Amino acid sequence: MSEQIHGYLAAFDTPAEIMHAAEQVRDAGFQHWDVHTPFPVHGMDSAMGLKRSRVQRLTLLGGIAGFTTGMLMVWYMNAFDYPLIVGGKPLFSPLFAFPVAYELTILFAAFGTLGGMFLFNRLPMHYHPVMKAVQWPRATDDRFFIAIDADDPQFDADRTREFLQEIGGKDIAALEP
Amino acid sequence: MSSHASTELPPHAQAVLAEVAPADLPRPELIGHRRDFAWITDKICSITEGPTPTWWWVAFGVACLVASFTVAGLVYLVATGVGVWGHANPVNWAWDIVNFVFWIGIGHAGTLISAILCLFRQKWRTSINRAAEAMTIFAVCCAGLFPLFHVGRVWWAWWLFPLPNANAIWPQFRSPLLWDVFAVSTYATVSTLFWYMGMIPDLATLRDRAKSKAKQIFYGLFAMGWRGSNRHWQNYEMAYLLLAALSTPLVLSVHTIVSFDFAVSLVPGWHTTIFPPYFVAGAIFSGFGMVLTLMLPLRAIYKLDDLITQYHIDCMCKITLATGSIVGYAYAMEFFIAWYGANPYEGFAFVNRAFGHYAWAYWIMISCNVITPQLFWFRKVRENTTLVWVLSIFVNVGMWFERFVIIVTSLARDYLPSSWGYYSPSVVELFTFFGTFGVFAVLFLLFLRFLPLMAMAEIKAVSPQADPHAGPDAPAHH
Repeated sequence: MSEQIHGYLAAFDTPAEIMHAAEQVRDAGFQHWDVHTPFPVHGMDSAMGLKRSRVQRLTLLGGIAGFTTGMLMVWYMNAFDYPLIVGGKPLFSPLFAFPVAYELTILFAAFGTLGGMFLFNRLPMHYHPVMKAVQWPRATDDRFFIAIDADDPQFDADRTREFLQEIGGKDIAALEP
Repeated sequence: MSSHASTELPPHAQAVLAEVAPADLPRPELIGHRRDFAWITDKICSITEGPTPTWWWVAFGVACLVASFTVAGLVYLVATGVGVWGHANPVNWAWDIVNFVFWIGIGHAGTLISAILCLFRQKWRTSINRAAEAMTIFAVCCAGLFPLFHVGRVWWAWWLFPLPNANAIWPQFRSPLLWDVFAVSTYATVSTLFWYMGMIPDLATLRDRAKSKAKQIFYGLFAMGWRGSNRHWQNYEMAYLLLAALSTPLVLSVHTIVSFDFAVSLVPGWHTTIFPPYFVAGAIFSGFGMVLTLMLPLRAIYKLDDLITQYHIDCMCKITLATGSIVGYAYAMEFFIAWYGANPYEGFAFVNRAFGHYAWAYWIMISCNVITPQLFWFRKVRENTTLVWVLSIFVNVGMWFERFVIIVTSLARDYLPSSWGYYSPSVVELFTFFGTFGVFAVLFLLFLRFLPLMAMAEIKAVSPQADPHAGPDAPAHH
């Protein structure tokens, strides 16, 4: 019988166990796999062989956009479109425009950060097969899981299950798509 | 460097020990009784999952009643006009701006706990940051009411924003009042984003435990499909750190800009360069007072002693002490410079604060802000939670009076004696202000009922069992 499975889910009980298991999955050469933990485990990023997060780029972009918008807006509104003559002072100065530009820098950078986080995480994604597993609720509580997807080139219905057992996985379950 | 065999060194230069290891100082436990992850989850989730306790309904009813004072006061104000407030020449800023600065200041502690303590790697912040950040957002909501409604013609308050209007005129960007608009708006937005992002993993926990369809949909929707994937945690942690790094200069700048409302003027007692750091320290001081006021009763009601330990209370008291001391120093320095600067108007402004018509307010301020926090030097005081709670109330009262003294005394007695006047608040102002405590309470009670009170994922992450390099019996290393 051929059944479509989305992958396997294996449970671990402590951060140390799942760290070592993740290192072995990484070293075995799997690509389409993931670790699910209720909190970020220190050192898991390198255990999985992940590259540095790219969120900072959007933060920087947002910050630059905010600062430019602030300065341009103040120049346009107070010095160009309706020049405001206040005590003979210069129509535009980066000094008086600074507080507004500074706040907009932070605001747009914050939008970039949060947006970047959602974008690179491909969230919101309210449906995912891993959340249908019977043992799933403990993944956001106190248990740690490794999931290997069936579309990984190295996936094999029997060998991958044995591999997960070898590295210490418990309650190994097949995930429905 | 050439190496000599140790036997060749004279006796006085030889090492006494073969190896020197730093002493392993016992660190206080962040989580009492070494509770495990499941206990933490159950403890926090049970607050939102059980039936609503009676005390909550009673508190909510009282809060709604008090909040109605603000609604009534504001409706009456807009319907009748600004004259229903006690403002009159020369005191044209009084309770409205005092209340605005008071509430904004309270909000700053939440951002300090969330952002600045995160950058300083203070793990104890994880037990209080969610509630403190909620406090910030609700405090900013209360604060925003005052500048919005004090403009008089509230329906044109949108002119404060750089939006095209029929008069084809733009805001005046040289004014700190305008800077305030941007600062407070940014602060409200960024605080909400930071608070929400922090809640996503905990909303996922509540989603996965939800029994009813309604709760599954509510928590599931806002959890955005979070599944604890480490690939996601990596981006999340980076985003968290970045938001903390952004919120730090934000919180410092917001109250600085609020202080500019006064400091850029020429009014004696206002025009001093000490205002920005003085206001920021005062804001953190008052904010921590409010955090203590909120967290100590919650700790007692929900039996959170294992999550908010004496160490947490100690840390909060010490920060209150430190910022209160800075505020006390600022009072002394202002007085000194007023005398040393030999400006007769500035000197008079300070003598008048202490001995003039508002001396009663001044001395309440001094006793609450200078004397009260110094009690936190003593461990006996810090360990008595009832006393700490009472002192936190004094801190809030004192900080309200500080803003009152700054704003009203300087306006009531400025340069020309012919312009002098005395200000009293009207009934409408009293009701509007005390009602905002009800508004705050309504929002906070709703938060307690429906949202995770503490950052479960963060608390678990700093517990000793979360360290992948420690054995199962690891001592509490931070």
